[in-house]
Amino acid sequence: MSAYPGSLLWAQDLRKVYGPTPALDGASFSVRAGEVVAVMGPSGSGKSTLLHCLAGIISPDSGSIGYGGQDLATMSDARRSALRRSEFGFVFQFGQLVPELTCTENVALPLRLAGVGRKEAQRAALEWMARLEVAEVGDKRPGEVSGGQGQRVAVARALVTSPRVIFADEPTGALDSLNGERVMQLLTDASRETDAAVVLVTHEARVAAYSDREIVVRDGKVRDMAGTV
Amino acid sequence: MGHTLLGLLESGPRHGYDLKRAFDEKFGHDRPVHYGQIYATMSRLLKSGLVAIDGVESGGGGPERKRYAITEAGISDVGQWLGRPEKPQPYLQSTLYTKVVLALVTGRSAAGLLDTQRAEHLRMMRILTDRKRGGDFADQLICDHALFHMEADLRWLELTAARLDRLAKEVGA
Repeated sequence: MSAYPGSLLWAQDLRKVYGPTPALDGASFSVRAGEVVAVMGPSGSGKSTLLHCLAGIISPDSGSIGYGGQDLATMSDARRSALRRSEFGFVFQFGQLVPELTCTENVALPLRLAGVGRKEAQRAALEWMARLEVAEVGDKRPGEVSGGQGQRVAVARALVTSPRVIFADEPTGALDSLNGERVMQLLTDASRETDAAVVLVTHEARVAAYSDREIVVRDGKVRDMAGTV
Repeated sequence: MGHTLLGLLESGPRHGYDLKRAFDEKFGHDRPVHYGQIYATMSRLLKSGLVAIDGVESGGGGPERKRYAITEAGISDVGQWLGRPEKPQPYLQSTLYTKVVLALVTGRSAAGLLDTQRAEHLRMMRILTDRKRGGDFADQLICDHALFHMEADLRWLELTAARLDRLAKEVGA
Protein backbone atom coordinates (compact mmCIF):
# COMPACT_ATOMS: atom_id res chain seq x y z
CA MET A 1 0.00 0.00 0.00
CA SER A 2 1.90 3.02 -1.23
CA ALA A 3 -0.03 5.59 -3.20
CA TYR A 4 2.86 8.03 -2.76
CA PRO A 5 6.22 6.28 -3.25
CA GLY A 6 8.93 7.69 -1.00
CA SER A 7 6.39 9.11 1.43
CA LEU A 8 6.51 8.30 5.10
CA LEU A 9 2.89 9.24 5.71
CA TRP A 10 0.20 9.90 3.15
CA ALA A 11 -3.52 10.36 2.88
CA GLN A 12 -5.77 10.00 -0.12
CA ASP A 13 -9.22 11.37 -0.75
CA LEU A 14 -10.13 11.87 2.91
CA ARG A 15 -13.71 12.77 3.72
CA LYS A 16 -15.01 13.71 7.13
CA VAL A 17 -18.40 15.27 7.81
CA TYR A 18 -19.52 16.99 11.00
CA GLY A 19 -23.29 17.54 10.83
CA PRO A 20 -24.20 19.08 7.49
CA THR A 21 -20.72 20.46 6.81
CA PRO A 22 -17.87 18.49 5.24
CA ALA A 23 -14.71 19.26 7.23
CA LEU A 24 -12.66 17.27 4.72
CA ASP A 25 -13.91 16.87 1.18
CA GLY A 26 -11.48 14.72 -0.77
CA ALA A 27 -8.25 15.84 0.90
CA SER A 28 -4.94 14.24 -0.10
CA PHE A 29 -1.54 14.73 1.47
CA SER A 30 1.95 13.26 1.72
CA VAL A 31 5.11 13.90 3.72
CA ARG A 32 8.59 12.36 3.42
CA ALA A 33 10.96 11.49 6.27
CA GLY A 34 12.77 14.60 7.48
CA GLU A 35 10.40 16.91 5.64
CA VAL A 36 8.59 19.80 7.33
CA VAL A 37 5.21 20.53 5.74
CA ALA A 38 3.14 23.52 6.81
CA VAL A 39 -0.63 23.10 6.69
CA MET A 40 -2.24 26.49 6.22
CA GLY A 41 -5.70 27.80 5.50
CA PRO A 42 -8.45 29.97 6.94
CA SER A 43 -10.13 29.16 10.26
CA GLY A 44 -12.61 26.33 9.85
CA SER A 45 -11.06 25.19 6.56
CA GLY A 46 -10.40 21.68 7.87
CA LYS A 47 -6.68 21.86 8.63
CA SER A 48 -6.97 20.63 12.22
CA THR A 49 -9.32 17.84 11.11
CA LEU A 50 -6.71 16.82 8.53
CA LEU A 51 -4.00 16.76 11.21
CA HIS A 52 -6.19 14.74 13.58
CA CYS A 53 -6.94 12.19 10.84
CA LEU A 54 -3.28 11.91 9.82
CA ALA A 55 -2.27 11.42 13.45
CA GLY A 56 -4.87 8.71 13.96
CA ILE A 57 -6.70 10.73 16.62
CA ILE A 58 -9.94 10.53 14.64
CA SER A 59 -11.03 8.32 11.74
CA PRO A 60 -12.12 9.77 8.41
CA ASP A 61 -15.54 8.75 7.05
CA SER A 62 -13.77 7.52 3.92
CA GLY A 63 -10.35 7.58 2.28
CA SER A 64 -6.98 5.99 3.10
CA ILE A 65 -4.11 6.99 5.38
CA GLY A 66 -0.89 5.11 4.79
CA TYR A 67 1.93 4.79 7.29
CA GLY A 68 4.55 2.04 7.21
CA GLY A 69 2.45 -0.17 4.94
CA GLN A 70 -0.62 0.07 7.17
CA ASP A 71 -3.92 1.92 6.72
CA LEU A 72 -4.66 4.09 9.76
CA ALA A 73 -8.16 4.78 8.49
CA THR A 74 -9.26 1.18 9.02
CA MET A 75 -7.00 0.25 11.95
CA SER A 76 -8.52 -0.61 15.35
CA ASP A 77 -8.50 2.09 18.03
CA ALA A 78 -6.10 0.06 20.18
CA ARG A 79 -3.57 -0.39 17.37
CA ARG A 80 -3.86 3.26 16.42
CA SER A 81 -3.19 4.31 20.03
CA ALA A 82 -0.13 2.08 20.18
CA LEU A 83 1.15 3.51 16.92
CA ARG A 84 0.58 7.07 18.16
CA ARG A 85 2.58 6.41 21.30
CA SER A 86 5.52 4.73 19.59
CA GLU A 87 5.82 6.54 16.27
CA PHE A 88 4.25 9.99 16.62
CA GLY A 89 5.01 13.07 18.72
CA PHE A 90 2.60 15.92 19.43
CA VAL A 91 2.98 19.62 20.17
CA PHE A 92 -0.13 21.70 20.75
CA GLN A 93 -0.76 25.45 21.02
CA PHE A 94 -0.88 25.41 24.80
CA GLY A 95 1.79 22.86 25.77
CA GLN A 96 -0.79 20.67 27.53
CA LEU A 97 1.74 19.61 30.12
CA VAL A 98 0.55 17.77 33.23
CA PRO A 99 0.45 20.51 35.89
CA GLU A 100 1.15 18.20 38.85
CA LEU A 101 4.41 16.85 37.39
CA THR A 102 7.74 18.63 37.14
CA CYS A 103 8.95 19.62 33.67
CA THR A 104 11.43 16.72 33.62
CA GLU A 105 8.69 14.27 34.65
CA ASN A 106 6.48 15.67 31.87
CA VAL A 107 9.18 15.09 29.26
CA ALA A 108 9.90 11.59 30.61
CA LEU A 109 6.20 10.67 30.70
CA PRO A 110 5.85 9.24 27.15
CA LEU A 111 8.82 6.96 27.81
CA ARG A 112 7.43 5.82 31.16
CA LEU A 113 4.08 5.05 29.47
CA ALA A 114 6.01 2.99 26.91
CA GLY A 115 7.52 0.95 29.74
CA VAL A 116 10.98 2.52 29.90
CA GLY A 117 12.56 2.47 33.38
CA ARG A 118 12.52 5.62 35.50
CA LYS A 119 16.28 6.29 35.40
CA GLU A 120 16.57 5.75 31.66
CA ALA A 121 13.48 7.88 30.99
CA GLN A 122 14.87 10.67 33.18
CA ARG A 123 18.26 10.52 31.46
CA ALA A 124 16.65 10.85 28.01
CA ALA A 125 14.35 13.63 29.26
CA LEU A 126 17.27 15.65 30.63
CA GLU A 127 19.17 15.23 27.38
CA TRP A 128 16.27 16.59 25.31
CA MET A 129 15.62 19.40 27.76
CA ALA A 130 19.25 20.49 27.42
CA ARG A 131 18.92 20.47 23.63
CA LEU A 132 15.75 22.54 23.88
CA GLU A 133 17.55 24.95 26.26
CA VAL A 134 15.23 24.32 29.23
CA ALA A 135 17.47 22.19 31.44
CA GLU A 136 17.28 24.82 34.18
CA VAL A 137 13.51 24.45 34.67
CA GLY A 138 13.60 20.66 35.07
CA ASP A 139 12.50 20.71 38.72
CA LYS A 140 9.79 23.32 38.24
CA ARG A 141 6.16 22.62 37.52
CA PRO A 142 4.59 23.91 34.26
CA GLY A 143 2.76 26.68 36.13
CA GLU A 144 6.09 28.08 37.33
CA VAL A 145 7.75 28.55 33.91
CA SER A 146 7.23 31.09 31.12
CA GLY A 147 5.11 30.34 28.05
CA GLY A 148 8.20 30.02 25.86
CA GLN A 149 9.90 27.64 28.29
CA GLY A 150 6.72 25.59 28.69
CA GLN A 151 6.41 25.20 24.94
CA ARG A 152 10.04 24.09 24.63
CA VAL A 153 9.37 21.53 27.36
CA ALA A 154 6.40 20.36 25.26
CA VAL A 155 8.65 20.05 22.20
CA ALA A 156 11.16 18.04 24.27
CA ARG A 157 8.31 15.77 25.36
CA ALA A 158 7.27 15.29 21.72
CA LEU A 159 10.83 14.38 20.71
CA VAL A 160 11.84 12.17 23.62
CA THR A 161 10.47 8.97 22.06
CA SER A 162 12.36 9.63 18.79
CA PRO A 163 9.13 9.81 16.80
CA ARG A 164 9.11 9.38 13.02
CA VAL A 165 6.41 12.05 12.65
CA ILE A 166 5.83 15.14 14.79
CA PHE A 167 2.39 16.74 14.63
CA ALA A 168 2.46 20.38 15.69
CA ASP A 169 -0.86 22.23 15.90
CA GLU A 170 -0.23 26.00 16.13
CA PRO A 171 2.87 25.37 18.29
CA THR A 172 3.74 29.07 18.50
CA GLY A 173 0.18 30.40 18.67
CA ALA A 174 0.46 31.44 22.32
CA LEU A 175 4.01 32.82 22.12
CA ASP A 176 5.49 36.21 21.27
CA SER A 177 7.55 36.54 18.07
CA LEU A 178 10.96 35.90 19.62
CA ASN A 179 9.90 32.83 21.60
CA GLY A 180 7.89 31.53 18.66
CA GLU A 181 10.87 31.76 16.35
CA ARG A 182 13.13 30.03 18.85
CA VAL A 183 10.66 27.16 19.24
CA MET A 184 10.47 26.78 15.45
CA GLN A 185 14.25 26.84 15.10
CA LEU A 186 14.69 24.17 17.75
CA LEU A 187 11.83 22.04 16.43
CA THR A 188 13.04 22.11 12.82
CA ASP A 189 16.69 21.61 13.84
CA ALA A 190 15.66 18.52 15.80
CA SER A 191 13.62 17.23 12.86
CA ARG A 192 16.63 17.59 10.55
CA GLU A 193 18.91 15.83 13.00
CA THR A 194 16.57 12.92 13.64
CA ASP A 195 15.02 12.72 10.13
CA ALA A 196 11.56 13.03 11.66
CA ALA A 197 8.79 14.44 9.46
CA VAL A 198 6.88 17.43 10.83
CA VAL A 199 3.26 18.22 10.00
CA LEU A 200 2.86 21.81 11.13
CA VAL A 201 -0.56 23.46 11.29
CA THR A 202 -0.17 27.22 11.43
CA HIS A 203 -1.87 30.38 10.26
CA GLU A 204 1.33 32.41 10.65
CA ALA A 205 3.36 32.85 7.47
CA ARG A 206 6.58 33.51 9.39
CA VAL A 207 6.16 30.16 11.14
CA ALA A 208 5.32 28.42 7.86
CA ALA A 209 8.55 29.86 6.42
CA TYR A 210 10.42 27.32 8.58
CA SER A 211 8.84 24.51 6.56
CA ASP A 212 10.12 22.91 3.37
CA ARG A 213 6.78 23.39 1.63
CA GLU A 214 3.24 24.33 2.44
CA ILE A 215 -0.20 23.08 1.56
CA VAL A 216 -3.35 25.15 1.82
CA VAL A 217 -6.63 23.66 3.02
CA ARG A 218 -9.70 25.43 1.76
CA ASP A 219 -13.26 24.15 2.16
CA GLY A 220 -11.96 20.72 3.11
CA LYS A 221 -9.79 20.39 0.00
CA VAL A 222 -6.01 20.49 -0.15
CA ARG A 223 -4.03 22.60 -2.53
CA ASP A 224 -0.35 21.73 -2.62
CA MET A 225 1.54 24.87 -3.54
CA ALA A 226 4.44 22.85 -4.94
CA GLY A 227 2.00 20.78 -7.01
CA THR A 228 3.38 17.47 -5.80
CA VAL A 229 0.08 16.01 -4.59
CA MET B 1 22.60 57.04 0.00
CA GLY B 2 23.74 60.65 0.63
CA HIS B 3 22.59 60.69 4.22
CA THR B 4 24.07 57.25 4.87
CA LEU B 5 27.50 58.31 3.60
CA LEU B 6 27.26 61.51 5.58
CA GLY B 7 26.47 59.51 8.69
CA LEU B 8 29.48 57.25 8.09
CA LEU B 9 31.68 60.35 7.86
CA GLU B 10 30.61 61.58 11.28
CA SER B 11 33.11 59.29 12.99
CA GLY B 12 36.00 60.87 11.01
CA PRO B 13 37.25 61.69 7.50
CA ARG B 14 37.48 58.81 5.02
CA HIS B 15 38.59 58.12 1.47
CA GLY B 16 36.02 57.01 -1.10
CA TYR B 17 37.33 53.46 -0.86
CA ASP B 18 36.95 53.42 2.94
CA LEU B 19 33.40 54.73 2.57
CA LYS B 20 32.50 51.95 0.16
CA ARG B 21 33.97 49.34 2.48
CA ALA B 22 32.13 50.74 5.52
CA PHE B 23 28.87 50.97 3.56
CA ASP B 24 29.10 47.40 2.26
CA GLU B 25 30.00 46.07 5.68
CA LYS B 26 27.05 47.70 7.42
CA PHE B 27 24.35 47.97 4.76
CA GLY B 28 25.38 46.23 1.56
CA HIS B 29 24.50 42.66 2.56
CA ASP B 30 22.69 41.94 -0.68
CA ARG B 31 24.00 44.60 -3.02
CA PRO B 32 27.46 46.08 -2.58
CA VAL B 33 27.51 49.72 -3.70
CA HIS B 34 29.47 50.65 -6.85
CA TYR B 35 32.43 53.00 -6.59
CA GLY B 36 30.74 55.17 -9.21
CA GLN B 37 27.76 55.71 -6.90
CA ILE B 38 30.07 56.70 -4.02
CA TYR B 39 31.99 59.24 -6.08
CA ALA B 40 28.86 60.68 -7.73
CA THR B 41 27.22 61.09 -4.32
CA MET B 42 30.34 62.66 -2.76
CA SER B 43 30.57 65.09 -5.67
CA ARG B 44 26.96 66.16 -5.03
CA LEU B 45 27.56 66.49 -1.28
CA LEU B 46 30.66 68.60 -1.98
CA LYS B 47 28.65 70.95 -4.18
CA SER B 48 25.99 71.38 -1.52
CA GLY B 49 28.60 72.06 1.17
CA LEU B 50 27.69 69.07 3.33
CA VAL B 51 31.20 67.59 3.00
CA ALA B 52 34.60 69.15 2.33
CA ILE B 53 37.91 67.85 1.06
CA ASP B 54 40.03 67.07 4.09
CA GLY B 55 43.15 66.23 2.12
CA VAL B 56 44.46 64.85 -1.14
CA GLU B 57 47.09 62.14 -1.31
CA SER B 58 49.11 61.23 -4.29
CA GLY B 59 48.38 57.70 -5.42
CA GLY B 60 52.02 56.87 -6.17
CA GLY B 61 51.67 57.17 -9.94
CA GLY B 62 47.93 56.39 -9.80
CA PRO B 63 45.06 58.87 -9.45
CA GLU B 64 44.96 61.21 -6.47
CA ARG B 65 42.89 60.05 -3.48
CA LYS B 66 40.60 62.57 -1.86
CA ARG B 67 39.76 62.31 1.80
CA TYR B 68 36.30 63.61 2.65
CA ALA B 69 35.16 65.18 5.92
CA ILE B 70 31.65 66.06 7.00
CA THR B 71 30.92 69.77 7.58
CA GLU B 72 28.79 71.33 10.35
CA ALA B 73 26.00 71.71 7.77
CA GLY B 74 26.39 68.00 6.97
CA ILE B 75 26.11 67.01 10.64
CA SER B 76 23.00 69.13 10.99
CA ASP B 77 21.55 67.57 7.82
CA VAL B 78 22.09 64.03 9.15
CA GLY B 79 20.45 65.03 12.43
CA GLN B 80 17.40 66.36 10.61
CA TRP B 81 17.16 63.25 8.43
CA LEU B 82 17.32 60.91 11.43
CA GLY B 83 14.70 62.97 13.26
CA ARG B 84 12.25 62.91 10.35
CA PRO B 85 9.97 59.84 10.29
CA GLU B 86 9.74 57.92 7.02
CA LYS B 87 6.40 58.24 5.31
CA PRO B 88 4.44 55.02 5.77
CA GLN B 89 3.69 53.66 2.30
CA PRO B 90 0.02 52.90 1.78
CA TYR B 91 0.59 50.87 -1.42
CA LEU B 92 -2.99 51.59 -2.42
CA GLN B 93 -2.35 51.31 -6.12
CA SER B 94 -0.15 48.28 -5.91
CA THR B 95 0.53 46.12 -8.91
CA LEU B 96 -1.12 43.23 -7.10
CA TYR B 97 -4.40 45.07 -6.71
CA THR B 98 -4.29 46.01 -10.38
CA LYS B 99 -3.63 42.39 -11.37
CA VAL B 100 -6.49 41.07 -9.22
CA VAL B 101 -8.95 43.56 -10.71
CA LEU B 102 -7.74 42.87 -14.23
CA ALA B 103 -8.06 39.12 -13.66
CA LEU B 104 -11.65 39.63 -12.50
CA VAL B 105 -12.71 41.90 -15.35
CA THR B 106 -11.07 39.72 -17.99
CA GLY B 107 -12.61 36.52 -16.61
CA ARG B 108 -9.31 34.99 -15.50
CA SER B 109 -8.78 33.23 -12.17
CA ALA B 110 -8.15 35.89 -9.53
CA ALA B 111 -8.06 33.19 -6.83
CA GLY B 112 -5.37 31.33 -8.77
CA LEU B 113 -3.40 34.53 -9.17
CA LEU B 114 -3.56 35.15 -5.42
CA ASP B 115 -2.51 31.56 -4.66
CA THR B 116 0.46 31.82 -7.01
CA GLN B 117 1.52 35.09 -5.41
CA ARG B 118 1.10 33.56 -1.98
CA ALA B 119 3.41 30.66 -2.89
CA GLU B 120 5.98 33.09 -4.27
CA HIS B 121 5.86 35.17 -1.09
CA LEU B 122 6.36 32.07 1.05
CA ARG B 123 9.20 30.89 -1.18
CA MET B 124 10.99 34.19 -0.57
CA MET B 125 10.17 34.05 3.14
CA ARG B 126 11.83 30.61 3.30
CA ILE B 127 14.99 31.98 1.69
CA LEU B 128 15.06 34.85 4.19
CA THR B 129 14.38 32.50 7.12
CA ASP B 130 17.27 30.26 6.03
CA ARG B 131 19.53 33.29 5.73
CA LYS B 132 18.43 34.42 9.18
CA ARG B 133 19.24 31.04 10.70
CA GLY B 134 22.73 31.05 9.31
CA GLY B 135 23.39 34.75 9.61
CA ASP B 136 24.73 37.17 12.19
CA PHE B 137 22.64 39.52 14.29
CA ALA B 138 22.53 42.20 11.57
CA ASP B 139 21.28 39.59 9.08
CA GLN B 140 18.57 38.58 11.53
CA LEU B 141 17.30 42.11 11.97
CA ILE B 142 17.37 42.90 8.25
CA CYS B 143 15.63 39.64 7.34
CA ASP B 144 13.02 40.15 10.07
CA HIS B 145 12.11 43.52 8.61
CA ALA B 146 11.53 41.96 5.19
CA LEU B 147 9.70 38.98 6.72
CA PHE B 148 7.25 41.17 8.63
CA HIS B 149 6.48 43.13 5.47
CA MET B 150 5.90 39.96 3.49
CA GLU B 151 3.68 38.62 6.23
CA ALA B 152 1.58 41.78 5.93
CA ASP B 153 1.34 41.23 2.17
CA LEU B 154 0.22 37.67 2.78
CA ARG B 155 -2.51 38.82 5.13
CA TRP B 156 -3.74 41.15 2.41
CA LEU B 157 -3.65 38.29 -0.11
CA GLU B 158 -5.76 36.11 2.20
CA LEU B 159 -8.22 38.88 2.97
CA THR B 160 -8.58 39.67 -0.72
CA ALA B 161 -9.04 35.99 -1.55
CA ALA B 162 -11.89 35.89 0.97
CA ARG B 163 -13.47 39.00 -0.58
CA LEU B 164 -13.16 38.21 -4.27
CA ASP B 165 -16.91 37.84 -4.79
CA ARG B 166 -17.57 41.30 -3.43
CA LEU B 167 -14.66 42.82 -5.36
CA ALA B 168 -15.95 41.22 -8.57
CA LYS B 169 -19.32 42.92 -8.05
CA GLU B 170 -17.68 46.27 -7.24
CA VAL B 171 -15.55 46.29 -10.38
CA GLY B 172 -18.41 45.04 -12.53
CA ALA B 173 -16.82 41.73 -13.46
